Parts: sequence; C-alpha cells; structure tokens
Amino acid sequence: MTSISSGAQDIVLRLDRITKRFGALTANDAISLDLRRGEVIALLGENGAGKTTLMNILFGQYTADEGSVQVFGKPLPPGNPRAALAAGLGMVHQHFTLADNLTVLENIQLGTVPLWRFSLKGTAARAKLARLMNDFGLRVDPDALVGSLTVGERQRVEILKALYRDARILILDEPTAVLTPQESEALFDTLRRAVKAGLSVIFISHKLHEVTALSSRVLVLRHGRLVGEVATRDTDRHALAELMVGAEVTLPSVAPGLPGPALLTLRDVTTRSMGAAPGLKSVSLALRAGQITGLAGVSGNGQSALSDLISGLLTPETGALELDFAAAAWSPRAAVAAGIARIPEDRHKTGTIADFSLTENAILETYAQAPFSRNGLMNWRAAEDHTRKLIDTYDVRCPGPSGPIRQLSGGNMQKLILGRVLELGPKIVLANQPVRGLDIGAITYVHGRLLAARDAGAAVLLISEDLDEIMGLSDVIHVMSEGRLSPEFRRGALTAAELGLWMAGQGFSDAA
Amino acid sequence: MRLEPIANPSLARSLGFPALAICVTVLVASGLAAIAGGNPLQTLGLIVQGAAGSKFALLETLNRATPLIFTGLAIAVAFRAKLWNIGAEAQLYGGAIVTVILGTSALSNFGGAALPLIALGAMLAGAVVLLVPVMLKTRYGVDEVVTTLLLNFIMLLLVSYLLEGPMKDPMGMGWPKSAPLDKDLRLPRIVAGLRLHWGFGLALISAALIWFLQTRTTLGYEMRAVGFNPQAARFAGIPLNRVLVKTALLSGGLAALAGFSEVAGLKGHLSLDLSPGFGYTGIIVAMLALLHPLGVVISAIFVAGIFVGADSMSRAAQVPTYIADMLLATALLLMVLAIGLTKYRMVRG
Amino acid sequence: MNALFDILLTASFWAAAVRIASPLIFATMGELICERAGVLNLGIEGIMVIGAFSGWMAVYLGMGLWGGVFVAMLAGMLFGLLHATLTVPFGLSQHVVGLGITLLATSTSYFAYRLILPEVTSPPKIEPFQAVEVPYLVDIPLLGPALFAQTALTYAAFAVVALTVLILYRTPLGLAIRAAGESPNAVAAQGLSVTRLRMGAVIVGSGLMAVGGAFLTLSAFSSFFFEMVNGRGWICIALVVFGAWRPGKALLGALLFAGFDALQIRLQQTPIGQAVPYQVFLMAPYFLSILALILMSRRAQVPSALMVPFNKGER
Repeated sequence: MTSISSGAQDIVLRLDRITKRFGALTANDAISLDLRRGEVIALLGENGAGKTTLMNILFGQYTADEGSVQVFGKPLPPGNPRAALAAGLGMVHQHFTLADNLTVLENIQLGTVPLWRFSLKGTAARAKLARLMNDFGLRVDPDALVGSLTVGERQRVEILKALYRDARILILDEPTAVLTPQESEALFDTLRRAVKAGLSVIFISHKLHEVTALSSRVLVLRHGRLVGEVATRDTDRHALAELMVGAEVTLPSVAPGLPGPALLTLRDVTTRSMGAAPGLKSVSLALRAGQITGLAGVSGNGQSALSDLISGLLTPETGALELDFAAAAWSPRAAVAAGIARIPEDRHKTGTIADFSLTENAILETYAQAPFSRNGLMNWRAAEDHTRKLIDTYDVRCPGPSGPIRQLSGGNMQKLILGRVLELGPKIVLANQPVRGLDIGAITYVHGRLLAARDAGAAVLLISEDLDEIMGLSDVIHVMSEGRLSPEFRRGALTAAELGLWMAGQGFSDAA
Repeated sequence: MRLEPIANPSLARSLGFPALAICVTVLVASGLAAIAGGNPLQTLGLIVQGAAGSKFALLETLNRATPLIFTGLAIAVAFRAKLWNIGAEAQLYGGAIVTVILGTSALSNFGGAALPLIALGAMLAGAVVLLVPVMLKTRYGVDEVVTTLLLNFIMLLLVSYLLEGPMKDPMGMGWPKSAPLDKDLRLPRIVAGLRLHWGFGLALISAALIWFLQTRTTLGYEMRAVGFNPQAARFAGIPLNRVLVKTALLSGGLAALAGFSEVAGLKGHLSLDLSPGFGYTGIIVAMLALLHPLGVVISAIFVAGIFVGADSMSRAAQVPTYIADMLLATALLLMVLAIGLTKYRMVRG
Repeated sequence: MNALFDILLTASFWAAAVRIASPLIFATMGELICERAGVLNLGIEGIMVIGAFSGWMAVYLGMGLWGGVFVAMLAGMLFGLLHATLTVPFGLSQHVVGLGITLLATSTSYFAYRLILPEVTSPPKIEPFQAVEVPYLVDIPLLGPALFAQTALTYAAFAVVALTVLILYRTPLGLAIRAAGESPNAVAAQGLSVTRLRMGAVIVGSGLMAVGGAFLTLSAFSSFFFEMVNGRGWICIALVVFGAWRPGKALLGALLFAGFDALQIRLQQTPIGQAVPYQVFLMAPYFLSILALILMSRRAQVPSALMVPFNKGER
C-alpha cells in the first residue's frame, strides 16, 4: 500500500488552493489535494458540500476563481474540458452523459475522432473497445442503443468511455447511487483492477461504508471547505460521519408506530412503462394508519410509477386502487380530496412554481376552494394569511409571503411544501425522497414532521434510495425492483445486505 | 462563458436593459435612414411628427393601435399560458367574416343589443378558429406553432373565396370586397366629428378586464400556473387541457374582436387587405409589453405610432415604409434579449 | 378518374413535382440540421425570403447565377448567426426569436427591394437557371424527363440530401450533431462545445434555407415579388416532423407533398376541377401539412433536447 510519505514524483494530480464563488456563496474554499499513482482516495461530503463543483472545475466546465491544477506535473489550463481529457482525466458522472439515440460504440467514439475527419474508424474502435471490456470485466453490446440499456449497463458504458480515452485518473461521482449493493460490488472489483493497472481513482460519495471499503485515504468536504484528511485504516465510520456533518451524530431512535386499518390499498396493480422507467407489475400494497411504510430500491425501478399512481397522475391499467371511501375519476385533484398529502420527488420542477410567490405556491392544491376562491374570484388576503401561518408553524425562513419562492433554500422550500400538505390534516402521506439534497438540520426537521404525522394517525409511505433512512424510520419495509414489489418486512427483520439482494431482483417469485 | 441566474435583479437592471434595447433600436433606425440616403435625425423627426405631430396624426395612431391592442392581448393571454398562438391573423379574419354576415343580416331589428350580439358572434368565430389547433395539441400532441401558422394561409384563402363568391358585394364593381354593414350596425365615434370609434374604447376595457382576470380570478391564477410550470400545475391538480382550452377561447375571441372592430368601426366591409399583418404584429406588441395586459395598450400605441409615422415619413423622404417593420422586428429581438439579461448574467467559467 | 390517370402518366407532371419539391428539399434539410442539433428555427420563412431576394438581387446586379446562390447562402447564414447567437449562448426562447428573425429577414428584404427599385411596379426579370439534360438517363420513359431534365439547382438539392445523410450518419461531426440534439451533456462531457456545434448547425442550416428561397427566384420564377415564399417555410417544418427527423424520409415527404401540389395545379384545369373554387386547391398544401403533423404525432421521435437550451454546468 502506498504510504502518505511516498515521493512527490508519484503525484499524478495536485489541486492547489482551488476557490470558486457563486455570487455570495463560496462553493469551494481553498481546497488542496494530492492524488498518487495507484491510489484510491475518497471525497466525502454531504449534498451541497462542494464536491461536484470541484469536479466541474477539474473538468473545465467551470473555471476556478483562484488556485491551480497540475496533472502529471504539468499545469492544466482552466476552463478547457478537452485539455482535461487529453491530460488523462476520466470522469464518470452521477447523471450519465450518454445520448440515448446513439449506440454504445457511437457514444464511446463521440469526441475521440477529430470532428473534421471524414470517417469514424469503426473497426479500430471496435477492437480497442473489445480489449477494454476484457481487461476490466465490463461487458456490454457495442451496437445496442444506449436508450435500451439498464442503468447498470449505462454506467459500464460511462466507465468504458473514460478508459477508451486512455484515462489515467478516474473520477467517479456518486457512482453507486443507482446501483444495487451487488452491482456496486462488481464496480468495486472493476476499480480494483484499474488500480492494479496503475490508474488512480477519486471516489466521490456520501456513503460511509463504501468509502471505508475502497479507499486508502479519505478527504472530507463541508460547506466548501476541506475539513479533514485521514488514512482510512486510522478512522471509522462514526468519526467520518462526525467530520462530514460537523457535529456529533445521533441516529434517531424511533419508537414503533401503532398500526391501524389500511387506508389505501393496491390490488394487483399494473401500469404502463414510461420510456426507460418500468411501470408497476401486479403490485399489491396496503398503507396502514399510524405506520410508516418504507419503500427501498434503486432509483428507476418503478418508484416513480407508484408515486405517480398515488399522486393521481397515473391510473392503473389493470388492478385497483382502493381508498376507504369511493373516489371519483382518479386525478391529482381527487388524490388531494381523498386526503393524500403528496411530497414530490423534485421540489423545484414538480413541487413549486419558481416564478410564483410563496403565497401562490402555498395554495397550489387548494386554490379553488373557499376561502381562497369564491365565485371564480381569488381572495389574496386569505391566501396570504394562510401562508403566514404556514411560515410560522413550519419554520420557513424567508423574507415574507409575497417574495418569490425561487429565493428560498431547498430546506425552506421543502418546509413550505410540508406545510402546504400537512396542514390539511392528511390521512395518507406520500413522501418521495423527502430529504434529498437537504442539510442535516432540515433532514431532522422533515423526519420529525413525518413521524408526527404518523403518530397523528396518518399512513405514511416513504420512498427513498437511502437504505439508512428507510431502515431508520420505517415500521414496515417493501423493496421495489423492475416494477415488482417485495413482500412486507417488519423493521429489523432483514439486514441491509438482505434488502440489497431484493433490490437486485432476487427473491421475487418470477426471478430467474 | 455561461449564464448564471440572478435571484433578485436590481431595479436598475430590470429597467436598464429594456431601456438600452429601445436606445439601440433608435440607433438602428438612424442607421437605416442613413443607408436609405435620408438624414437620420430628420427621418426620426418625421416619424414622430407623422405619428403624434397633430390631432389628426394622433387619432390616426390610436385608430391603428385599436386592432393591435386586441391582437396584442390575444397573444399576451396565450403566451402567458405558454400557448403559442401565432394564428391571430386567422382568428381576426374569422371575427371579421362573422361580423359581416351578422352585420348585413336582419340583426339591426334588435336595436341596441345588435352590436354586442355581433361582437359575441365574432368572438365565438375566433375562438373556434383557435380551438382547432388547440384540440389537435391536447388530443394528438401536435405542436400548435405550425398549425396556427398554416391556418393563417387557409383562412386568407377562405376569405378570398367568400369575397369572390357568396359574400361578394354586388355593387362592388368587381373589387373583391363584401357588401357594407348596415348603417345602424357601425361602431359609433367616441367624440362626434373625430375619426376615433368605440372600438378603441372597447380595446381599453378589454385590457383592463384581462388584467383583472389574470390577477384576481381563479382562472387567471390557473393560466399563469400552467404557463410558468405545467408539470407542477398538473401535479397540483390544475386541469391543464381545460385551462388551455379556456385560454384558447379567450385568446381567439380577443383576436376576433380586432376583426370586428376594424369592420364595424373603420372599414365597414370585409376585404382581403383588412389586416396588414395585425396578427403577427400582435406578437411584437405583446412581447414589448412583457405580456402585461395594461402594457399592451402602451406598446400597441407605440407600435401603431411607428407604422403611421413611417407611412407619413416615406411620403416626405425617400426612405421606404418597410423601415417600420424592420425597426419593430429589431425591437422585438432586442427586447427578448434585454429580458433575458435581466434574469441571467453572462459569467466567465 | 381518367383525368387523374392522364395526369399521372405525363412526364411533365412528374417533372413539375420534382421542380416544386426542390426549394422544399433545401429548406427542409436546413431545418432538419438545426433541429437535430437541438434548435427549432422558426426563422425559416423569413430566411427563405431573404434568400429569394438577395439571390435574385445579386444576379440582377450582374453577379451570375452561382454568384446569386452564393450571396443567398451568405445572407441566410448571417441571419442564422443572429438566430444562433440569441438562442444558443443566450438561451432565449426559440419560438420568439425565430418569429422575430422571420419578421426581420422579411422586412429587410422588402426594405432593400424598395431601396433599389423605388418606382418599379412590375418586378424586373433575370435569366434563370436552364434545364440541363443528363445524356442517356433522360431517355428513360417518364422517370427520365422528370429527374434528369432539371436545372442544376435541383440536382444540387438531391446532392444536399445525400451529403446530409453522409455527414449526419457517417462522420464524427454528424455524430456530435446528433448527440447535441439528444443529450448536450454527453457532448460537453467529451470535451466538445455544444455551443459551437449548435451555432454551426443553425448557421449552415439557415444557409440551406436561403438557397431554398433562392431557388424560387433563380430557377422557378425568375423575378422577386412580395409574399412569394407564401408559407413554404412553415410547410418545411411540418415536413421535418413528417420525416421523423431523418433526411431520407424528409426527402420522400417533400416529393410526396410536391406531387400533390403539382396534381392540384393540373386538376384545376380539368372539368371537375373548374367546378370547385380554385382557393380549395390552393388550401390543399396547408391542409396536407396539418394532416402530416397529425399522422406523425404519435410515433415521431423528437430529438430529446430540441428547444432545450444548454447551459454549462447545469443539470
């Protein structure tokens, strides 16, 4: 193993006091780091800690305000993606950078042949790709359209893209967010092979167990600052977690709920698939009063379909959705009328209207009812009073109800959405990734509100990619994989690894 | 280079860029006048004088502004809900056709109710003309930009057919125009003796009503929500298609009122040159007004002034009247850019 | 019915169809290139007008026919540059900018025309492109006179289609253009500039649109008059949709469309045709375009990033 004191000639990448500001926000504050040959370092940090900004600077998408980058001892010209690629940097983005309408081979070749050549040199490319697939254990059909690939396969294409360009330094941004634990293991295997072949790896993550499994050093980012650098063998998860959030972490101890009758029942529901995202495949589910039902699974396995169904955006193709009273034609409005509090996955695109004020956003679901609307006329005074009440009750930090919502931080936006739906005294709460991208304070707040809703007798469905969140909060857990729903497990009945097997599609009755 | 959103643009920024856009447009105008061999200052002066230099000129400008207020409102209402209605021209002619049909019928027996009835009929016709592409959009997902554009050509051919066939004026001495409206069914002058008809008054009232609708009514709230973020609106339970259809009815109806007011207030009959592109110019009017209904009134008068002024200027100087269209197209592009620059700034890296 | 067959069996009908299709082919390819890169170009109508005008003017001022084509292309590219600057780096609404470009290009043409010919009532004529017969091939019955007795500009239109196919599907540049319209992030991640690719596509595409316009004055009508483009640009946008964003299918669509257009012109001369108002025939192309849009609406494969501005570092 490389030791921290090894010679300077081994350094393949050096960041020196990188600083980047966006307006008043300092996203990266004088960050320095060294990466050595054949080494895996982990860059750990919460959402918004500045990891992605740092990588965007490295790859020339942004230019740093201060500081410099050296690759293999040579300075890297700022703001030039081509130079970064040519210097041997390879990036596997969290959101894949693949074109669905092109084949695997075309995606890999994109940008590798000078634009003004009159040929794509397909044969040579094919041979090189075959060799790489062999060397690194990454199998995928070169002539398949990327649009038809699974998420795991797409990630392989992303890695192959970097290797095809002879990258010597691989940077992976949250690579396991979309993988099952088993797929992640395969990825780690590929990375170990890469390191053996002399490559260096920067692994960006906020998952502590991955970080400790793979890296030799861990660098922790918080609020744009490098707050710690430790050798992995000298630390443990608890210490890392503390460094990451900057405070003593106490996992919430959640008392079990008192389950009541089923308030929403799905019987054998099947829905149409939407492009690459699968629909539901004969899913049966009962959401009981006074308990949190956790839904685990790798994103893109039918959670959107389930969420859309309960939100009223989607109707079952076969099967039935049953509430404790008969609803008219199923629609978002019917869902609201049925007492379903809906916290959407994307609060910017689905949850709020950026050009609207807080008030206009606060009444999005109830605008057509008294007192906000009477005889087709809006009563803005009533709406504003209502919003003020929400701001107070839900601790929304903002200049006031008439300011545009786009100025709010993610946490405060989420609190307003919580207030909008919880204030109606819902019977059912649908929380889809409710804490994604929030800081620790907001996360605690949101979780507290969900628990309070449960204790008040609501049936809560919590959809999350974060197994820790699911296992910490849920009374019962289901797993989704390719549109299928696992049986119900009591909390603590299964370990994370066992849930992982379900997430990978094993255990389902129709599994191969 | 990339764009960085500005969360809270300063007042200087929100006003400065649009003001700069207008200044640049004036510069372009001077340049064009110079190219045409005219004296820039004199040309601009002639335009201003022709538009507002006399009572007659001013009234002419207001007369020309009247249909532009209607089409401008039609487009402002539609664009606010992200309904790309480029077919105001067709809806205008739809309204004009019905105005002539009803206005040459026995409707005058209804007395004072006749004109409102004709206006309603015209609005209905315009609404139907826009409803076709909107139904194609909601039913089949056909983009309404191209269909509304194509309908403009179809509608003009329909008018041409009507004027040569069923609606031809027997006393028209071969000109393709319709029979004139019944004398009692004309819009009266606002002030006796001055050439400004009640169409202008109706346009002002419409603008005020649309403003009220957008800010104070439930439908207005729905329209803005759908326009700003259809995904969030749908999630919240706002019925997208129903709001789009209502928007279409309103937008088509407003554009049709332009046809009604031109026929019943100004021309008295239908001809193929009833509208010199009021439907298209309405886009410029609406964009210059930043889609604000009261702003539409001001920008329509401004745009009309440029047309009227350029007409009178080209009679006096050697500068072609098409300078007005060029100026307005330039103003449109610059204004879009200016609005963009109030919301985003260009930053390095 | 017999009248219909008589028309379909004459070589002059097919020749007319190919002639009518030519300007549409140029402009449709231009629009297709823009849209494959992710930019809807509603400036097409006005760019065709400026192409028709500037090409004609260049020839009128003695620059020769190919000089006219060149000038038209240059003028189109200039307006393309303006469109691209506003819609690509500034990310402004492609709808509004496109319509603005159409208004600007049209009024610029009319302004310049009146500047050069202030008093003229009947537009002066130029000597247009003459038909060039391809030896031997022209003797093929029906097909020969239709395809191989056309003007050089028509042959160029077909060459442009072949070139578009070749570049889009066989070269690194085409690969990058297709990716830019589908997933600009993929392009940026590979170190290519989405901005340059899109701007380039819009500029070149606009050049082709202008040549399509120039065909009207240099090969079809031999003089410039107002409103001569008459919605052809909008029809081309419908043709791109009809062709599912593929050059080959779009070519087929243009020929099919032009065939119907040639047919309606001839049907007007028949006894049945004379019983129907001529306006009905003139409406046919626009109705056909709308019909094409309805038919293709369900299965169209729209480039995913069409009309979506790209901003570096944003996801």
